[in-house]
Amino acid sequence: MQKSEYVLHMDGIGKEYHGNRVLSDVTISLKPGEIHGIVGENGAGKSTLMNILFGMSVIHSTGGHEGTISVDGEKVSIRSPLDAMTLGIGMVHQEFMLIPGFSITENIKLNRELTKENPISKVFGKEMRTLDLQHMGADARKALDTLDMDIDQWAKIAGLPVGHMQFIEIAREIDKTNLKVLVFDEPTAVLTESEAVNLLQAMRAIAKRGIAILFITHRLQEIMDICTSITILRDGKLVAQKRQEETSIYELAELMIGTQVGELMRHPNENLAAKPVLLSIRNLKVAMSGEEVKDVNLDIHEGEIIGIGGLAGQGKLGIANGIMGLYPSEGEVTYQGKPFALNDTIHALQTGMAFVSEDRRSVGLLLDSSIELNIAFTAMQRQHKFLKKIGPVMQMDKKAVRTLALNMIQDLDIRCTGPMQQTRRLSGGNQQKVCIARALCLEPKLLFVSEPTRGIDVGAKKLVLQTLVRLSEELGLTVIMTSSELAELRSVCDRIAIVTEGKIAGILSSKDSQVEFGLLMAGAKHGST
Amino acid sequence: MEKSLHNRVPRKPSKERLKSFFVNNLVTILFLVLCLVGLRLSGLSLAFYLNDIVSRVARNTFLVLALLIPVLAGMGLNFAIVLGAMAGQSAIIFVTHWGIGGMGGILLSVAICSPLALFLGYLTGRLLDKARGKEMITSLILGYFANGVYQLFFLILVGTVIPMNNEVLVLSSGVGLRSSIDLSGGLRYAIDDVMRLSFPLFALYCAIGMLVLGTYLLIKARRTGKLEREKHYIVLLVVSLALFVWSLITSLSLSAVNMVRVPLLTMAIIAALCAFTHFFFKTKMGQDLKTVGQDPHIAEVSGINVSKRKIQAIMISTLLAAWGQIIFLQNLGAFSTYGSHEQVGMFAAAAILIGGASVSKATISHALLGTILFHTLFIVSPLAGRNLFGDAQIGEYFRSFVAYGVIAVALGLHAWKKLMQGRKK
Amino acid sequence: MAVRNLSTQRSLKEMVKTFGLPRIIIVIFLITLWGISMSLEIPFGQLLSDTLVRWGMNGVLVLAMMPSIMAGTGLYFGLPVGIICGLIGGLLAIELNLTGFAAFFGAILFSLPLSAIAGWGYGWMMNRLKGSEMTVATYIGFSFVSLMCIFWAMAPFKSPEMAWPIGRGLRVTISLAGRYEKILNNFLSFSVFGVMIPTGLLLFFLGMCLLVRFFFTTKTGLALKASGENPRFSSSSGVSVDKMRIVGNIFSTILGSIGILVYSQSFGFLQLYTAPLFMGFLAAASILIGGASIKKASITHVLLGTFLFQGLLVVALPVANKVATLGSLAEISRIIVSNGVILYALAQKSGE
Repeated sequence: MQKSEYVLHMDGIGKEYHGNRVLSDVTISLKPGEIHGIVGENGAGKSTLMNILFGMSVIHSTGGHEGTISVDGEKVSIRSPLDAMTLGIGMVHQEFMLIPGFSITENIKLNRELTKENPISKVFGKEMRTLDLQHMGADARKALDTLDMDIDQWAKIAGLPVGHMQFIEIAREIDKTNLKVLVFDEPTAVLTESEAVNLLQAMRAIAKRGIAILFITHRLQEIMDICTSITILRDGKLVAQKRQEETSIYELAELMIGTQVGELMRHPNENLAAKPVLLSIRNLKVAMSGEEVKDVNLDIHEGEIIGIGGLAGQGKLGIANGIMGLYPSEGEVTYQGKPFALNDTIHALQTGMAFVSEDRRSVGLLLDSSIELNIAFTAMQRQHKFLKKIGPVMQMDKKAVRTLALNMIQDLDIRCTGPMQQTRRLSGGNQQKVCIARALCLEPKLLFVSEPTRGIDVGAKKLVLQTLVRLSEELGLTVIMTSSELAELRSVCDRIAIVTEGKIAGILSSKDSQVEFGLLMAGAKHGST
Repeated sequence: MEKSLHNRVPRKPSKERLKSFFVNNLVTILFLVLCLVGLRLSGLSLAFYLNDIVSRVARNTFLVLALLIPVLAGMGLNFAIVLGAMAGQSAIIFVTHWGIGGMGGILLSVAICSPLALFLGYLTGRLLDKARGKEMITSLILGYFANGVYQLFFLILVGTVIPMNNEVLVLSSGVGLRSSIDLSGGLRYAIDDVMRLSFPLFALYCAIGMLVLGTYLLIKARRTGKLEREKHYIVLLVVSLALFVWSLITSLSLSAVNMVRVPLLTMAIIAALCAFTHFFFKTKMGQDLKTVGQDPHIAEVSGINVSKRKIQAIMISTLLAAWGQIIFLQNLGAFSTYGSHEQVGMFAAAAILIGGASVSKATISHALLGTILFHTLFIVSPLAGRNLFGDAQIGEYFRSFVAYGVIAVALGLHAWKKLMQGRKK
Repeated sequence: MAVRNLSTQRSLKEMVKTFGLPRIIIVIFLITLWGISMSLEIPFGQLLSDTLVRWGMNGVLVLAMMPSIMAGTGLYFGLPVGIICGLIGGLLAIELNLTGFAAFFGAILFSLPLSAIAGWGYGWMMNRLKGSEMTVATYIGFSFVSLMCIFWAMAPFKSPEMAWPIGRGLRVTISLAGRYEKILNNFLSFSVFGVMIPTGLLLFFLGMCLLVRFFFTTKTGLALKASGENPRFSSSSGVSVDKMRIVGNIFSTILGSIGILVYSQSFGFLQLYTAPLFMGFLAAASILIGGASIKKASITHVLLGTFLFQGLLVVALPVANKVATLGSLAEISRIIVSNGVILYALAQKSGE
């Protein structure tokens, strides 16, 4: 067989999870020494693609994938990460796969330790061989030298700066003698600017040695800096494949976001400035791991629906969680003209805030309890509603709770068998409505809604959004809606703040162009706040 | 050279180092004090104490060492070594029934118990792997459960399903074993009595060995330039020199300490196990277990079969416990059929924790030091209790309070630390 | 045809799963033993009376598991702590020379503040041990029992019923005859078809069950339940999860101390020293047999589990004695069943 010019060829890759299509017909080819960028929003299918390439068990336990993968022109079947490793495909992980208690050498040689014979191993087999630390150290040294890392190979990982850790991960991969393809999954997300520059340099050096690189990132500037070719994914589909010289950062942003605009459900209020400021956020920091907020400044006017958008992991979810006191936060917040105490959930609830969490199943619901208890719980605990007094004891007022639940079920059109049904048995959309109902019975002035349509089917999505619009109109609610879906923010919000890297990158109106949004989200442009 | 110097962590001021030494070894230091006070209160003579502690250390250390490997694999303290002990004990019962004594009997017991222990270890490993994150409580309950099965076997099935005609062992009704079994004339001291040495002589040889080793290490350190270790070796030399002088003087005197006899072969077996454990930590399998213990997720991703490794760790531990129980029983000479294995796991765990180990870190020296301290407490507390409260029983209650309490405190501190670390993240 | 077969198989599997394998085995075992006992002409009425008595006397101890499980601290292996508080209450009642109902309720009254304080301390500790509650709790229970052994051996009680005639310290078992022995059992008791109904005992047990049930409809009870079911949900509603866990443990400890008094009055003795050591495991096994898991429990689980487990123990003894004179078989089956059931629960994925 003739050797292919491509070191890796993924052809017509597709994947369905339980009838839910997440990836269809994606073809990517890589030549040796090529740096190929993959860009896309959250849920565009990047991680599914990588899971397929590395034979992760999530893929195979859900029925495998479509399409074929060839390495050096030969069709291969990758059923486990180990298979991928043997084929010469390596990955530098976003979260470090390093063991802090081990030395750099031990980490570089993790499960690929060099060993030597001893009398006991001759009887009991390979597993009893002793580690050949001397040669392991020498190999590690060599890999580190390739990356110009001037650091003792016997130093422990614990205590090293983050930038070093990234390089040790890379050293591990290039120490593998058969390495052909190296995947970088958002490698610069945790690095400082100068560290990121170093990393990009190292990537170029690695590519020069004939190793092909797949570079996944949302930082379009970095893609433009080092990639030779670029694949853009959106909603599980391959939108375009471009060569670096024939495209621009603007085009990439537009391709990434798409041009489709959701149906406008309400007209943005143009006259916001006239309304008083309800909530004013200054220098907010929230320590929510994975969604850290670094420095957010934002004013929210009475009666508006403001959207908070941005890519996953940039910190947009941290804002609501921080103000509600669910994660440690600091900063100056003024609410209704008075200073607002952070880190105090009770205070937030009692001053008329309510929160519908992005994590419906693990924060938003008592899955094994009834709908009515779910709806009434917070109001009962915080506002002493739906209770009756028996001596010194406050007991749940079953009748009141039942009436409330029946009303809510009717008002919000919750499809269920009755108020006693367990919320676990409801569909995603109806679960979300239960969460909203729970927030509403607090009679809030300010409602935080995070990812209201996540994991809900299309029809229900619209219903949930309509409910929010109706509530804001009928009750004059101020709504802060956080969502990864730009289209849905644009269909209901007055204005949209885009969060990148823990800060507000800019505030746009729903009428602004897709490219504007795309550039803000990709961190390529900083708008004025 | 320069590079490593550059990366070295600056040394903390000595006051702070002393403080962190105290904090980190609080349990051990507390015990040292407790033992010394107890020793004083008990009014025991040195010879008497040495005699007891030598035999107890010889008897128990092997069992304590059996705990090390599961800790390495991140599975915590394996209270289920009780199952291994049962395997060893069952083998001894059968060998005694067949009337085979001496070294032959010991070897036969080992041959019988090993496959049984490996099988039980496999089952235990499977179960503990299923109960991830709850290994310790599961291994504890498994010990109780297995004890029920053990009783079912030797109390009900022996004589009804399994024929055993032995008036000495079996109850007069013909069903079930008697509640205690005497090994004298059979396996008693079968290992211990192979060769015994007076304590001062034993100490003398140890001191000579340590002197030779220390000198070798010192010269090696000088040559390779690892100067930071030099201090340790010099301390070692001084200590062994002192031991040398003491043992020389004592062995020439008429001191009662000369009557203390050290079972040489047993000690040699324990030393061999220490050497093996040390070696094991440096093998591929040891490294894999360490990886699993540090982070099972990373281990899995880098291609280590985590479940298999965990099961192997438990199998080794169970096998060692079976052998340990044989050493234990031959030294004891007579044992309670239904009781002497019951608390093996708990006592071993308490010992290793007292030695300074934690749920996630345990070394050979923790095991050795812990065994000595824990059993010192065992020897002195009834006597101290009698002298202090006029009631030996109180000393015994105190002893079991300490054993349970030290496990509770050590596990509690560990859980708390872990929680705090998790919060920081 | 084949398809239908498959689906019935699957539904059978599902049924086994929802009902729980150990429960099925125990129900079958119990029915078999009942069958054997009838064929051996062991009076069934007697068996049933014994079962009822032991159901009532163990029930409150098993009930003590429930608040702890519901609050998310797992099986309440610290039960010995509650038991010891109850025993101290019981001793105080004798020391003050109380008799009858005054003694029984006096004992409960004395033990209440003790168990509330102990439960608070215990819960406080549990909050610092999140993730390893059960292991550490077991050893806290054990070490508390041994510490109390020292206390019993030195306790300054004077009453000749309790103290050793010579020396000092308390007896190992203290008879309640003439004090409050069987005071609940005999209250309004009657017999139907040869079955003695210990009315007072059962009423008390059911009363305690109702009390717990009521508790879980109150504001605090609901907050506790929510904290155990989903701590993040609770704290997002401004409920202090740690506080609720403490409340749960206080409640469990109080129930444990009442439980041991109910147990003791029926048994006729207060058992001191190492007796409380393993009671936690037996109570845990009972509620698990009833279908609870280490995260979920209900009154039904308590009622059913205690009945099944005690029924099994009651019938095992005479059957074993008839089949072969093996007195220890009942004890052995208790060890195997109780620990086996706990092991099964721990090995379930849904656990802690």
